[in-house]
Amino acid sequence: MSREKQQGRREFLKTSAAAAAVTIAPGVMLHTLSADAAPRTEPVTDKVRWGMLIDANKCADGCTECVAACDKENGLDLVDMPEGADPSLWERQRPRWIRQVKLKDNLSGRITNLPMMCQHCEEPPCVDVCPTGASFRRADGIVMVDRHICIGCRYCMMACPYKARSFIHAEVAEKLTHTPRGKGCVESCNFCVQRLDNGESTTACQEACKHQAIVFGDLNDPDSAVSQALKKYPSVQIRADLKLNTGVRYSNI
Amino acid sequence: MKKTHFSEWGIESPRYWGMLAVLGAIVAIAGGAVFYMEHNGHWVTGMTNQVVWGIPHVFAIFLIVAASGALNVASIGTAFDKKIYKPLGRLSALLAITLLAGGLAVLVLDLGQPGRLLIAMTHYNFKSIFAWNIYLYMGFMGIVAVYIWFMMDHRMKPYYKPVGVLAFLWRLILTTGTGSIFAFIVARQGYDAAILAPMFVIMSFAYGLAVYILVLMFAFKVDGRDIGYAIQRRLKNLLGVFAAAVFYFTLVYHLTNLYGTENHAYEAFILRDGGIYTLLFWAGWVFVGCLLPIGIVYHPSLGKTRGGLIAAATAVILGGFATMYVIVIGGQAFPMAMFPGKTIVASGFFDGVNGQPMLYSPTLAEFLLGIGGVALVLLLTFIGIRMLRFLPNSLSDEVADPHYTKS
Amino acid sequence: MTRKSVIMFLAASIAGLFISLVSAQAGEAVEGTAKADKLEQCVEPTPVMRRNHFEFIQHQRDLTVHEGIRGSKYSLAGCVDCHARKDAAGKAVPVNAEGQFCDGCHDYAAVSLKCFECHRTVPGEK
Ligand code: SF4
Ligand code: SF4
Repeated sequence: MSREKQQGRREFLKTSAAAAAVTIAPGVMLHTLSADAAPRTEPVTDKVRWGMLIDANKCADGCTECVAACDKENGLDLVDMPEGADPSLWERQRPRWIRQVKLKDNLSGRITNLPMMCQHCEEPPCVDVCPTGASFRRADGIVMVDRHICIGCRYCMMACPYKARSFIHAEVAEKLTHTPRGKGCVESCNFCVQRLDNGESTTACQEACKHQAIVFGDLNDPDSAVSQALKKYPSVQIRADLKLNTGVRYSNI
Repeated sequence: MKKTHFSEWGIESPRYWGMLAVLGAIVAIAGGAVFYMEHNGHWVTGMTNQVVWGIPHVFAIFLIVAASGALNVASIGTAFDKKIYKPLGRLSALLAITLLAGGLAVLVLDLGQPGRLLIAMTHYNFKSIFAWNIYLYMGFMGIVAVYIWFMMDHRMKPYYKPVGVLAFLWRLILTTGTGSIFAFIVARQGYDAAILAPMFVIMSFAYGLAVYILVLMFAFKVDGRDIGYAIQRRLKNLLGVFAAAVFYFTLVYHLTNLYGTENHAYEAFILRDGGIYTLLFWAGWVFVGCLLPIGIVYHPSLGKTRGGLIAAATAVILGGFATMYVIVIGGQAFPMAMFPGKTIVASGFFDGVNGQPMLYSPTLAEFLLGIGGVALVLLLTFIGIRMLRFLPNSLSDEVADPHYTKS
Repeated sequence: MTRKSVIMFLAASIAGLFISLVSAQAGEAVEGTAKADKLEQCVEPTPVMRRNHFEFIQHQRDLTVHEGIRGSKYSLAGCVDCHARKDAAGKAVPVNAEGQFCDGCHDYAAVSLKCFECHRTVPGEK
């Protein structure tokens, strides 16, 4: 039921945003949707690199809107606990693409909140180790799993420094058309690739964040909201020491 | 030294078939466990999105590591021309193949999609050390098979040595490759160490030899064949040296880790407050796996006995499993350091809240799969020595020792 | 140990039974309720589709997953959308349910039908 509602809202956004862009701060556009949102017919290219800036200052304590939106968008809420499973064990086995993390600074005691997900590394360790090439990086910077050739070895999960990936531990009875999913494969955040390929330019998490903590867009376009914001505010990559050049950046951690 | 004669394993049929039946039953139970896990999905195991490799990988990696080590005895005979080891070569090569087969079977049967093995064979990512390992394993089996053939076939005598050398080099690369599976994982503190790959080579020497010793002693004992003191002493000394080398590498590994500040937390976890992992490290890896066998082997009286040798080899194997558990599971249980200088106080995905390690409690099915792999190794080995001439008729001092003089 | 494994076997088969019950839940499909039932032909003439549909969708699958091309002429989602029938209550019947469009043929030809281990079997949520 609520899925339909959400769908309706997206349709609404599509049409209304064609006329106006949402402004979050002077000079910073939240997102713009092109009027001619249509399925993509040309291959993606590296002219675009999708990325994100997350402002930990804006991310509110106790809020999990982005997580709920991701679950809904990608059908993760349809993954049911198998009959007879131990609930506490299942909690550690069920898939999660985005999660809320709360940090405390060891010296100052300052608390920060932030969402963590696949960082869409430019040099992704998960892709390097995958034996079959199922883990791959699309030309536009999105790292994802081709589940048709994933053998479920979980080596990518061993290699990911952000613990961004989930293995599907059980049969999934119901799935969405645009997010196929099955037992025995690995998956992770794909920047809502089905939205992007259909001409939209937001992710579910960004759209859901009432606090505007997430800015998503094209890192290669100097005028994009995310590039502008990155230029303006200091930001970091998590585990920058690994030199993975992540597509997801954070400020005010 | 007399010429060595080889013959098939001659134990009475009922006994032979009885052994096969028992091993076959264990393999069948493991098959049931695999069906159960694959049918339901991995939720019936203790593996989670935090600890993604579990007991099956502990067994599989132990067997694969031991496989390349088992070939050592043959290599010493061929590549290094030590005459006394030559009669031991055939069984050594056979074990190398069967151990590898057992380990790979466990590894493959734990995949989320074992039915897609064909994909793994046709889609390669040449950057992946895992994919390279698939080649290395296949090549290893092929080369060792040829090696066995050349050892057995007199017409092939002239080529026997080069193949032996090739097999030796291949096994070195292979174990380095297995070690690199971990060493390439920069994400996790415990694995990000260049020394892991050579450490795996040394471990393979020890584990492979220990398995070899036990199988050899058992096969000879039940078949009434003789092993003289000369052979026993050499195998025993070799085992002692390998166990000591593992101990040395363990020291270096942890000392270099302690040297780098960023690894202190991981070291504290393994060495001091990791609970089961600390226990397995000290009691299993260090004591049972290294100190105990060294003690037995160099004990003035114990070291000379058959029982002492068997005990030492058993200890090395048990210690080896503990070692693999600490490396494979312990390395994952330790929370990844994503935010230096900060503590994770809450997380929606078990990120090691307040530094807590990840939980892992293996289920029975996982153990059954691993044990099935071991049973498969023995099953294949026993069939092999029964069908073909792998075992020398005798390894008594009179036959084996080049310096033997009738007193 | 053996008793445990017996229990495991039982558990596994019960789970299997359960899953097959769940997937067979939808009511009888009514003939003529699929979109395809009202069309002259598929995206290609029927004989071509019969012989080559798997190649079409496999090619499309790679294009979609790796190059992001969507809404192409051939698509598995399209097959499902068009060929799923409805039951008397107007609820879509899975295309891989017994005797339905995909299953009927695959069952007859004894070719395993793997798509729906992961893909949705009834038209999308739109
Ligand atoms: S964050 Fe992890 S899963 Fe995402 S691209 Fe980087 S290594 Fe791969
Ligand atoms: S689990 Fe799948 S995606 Fe991950 S490394 Fe293995 S084959 Fe590649």
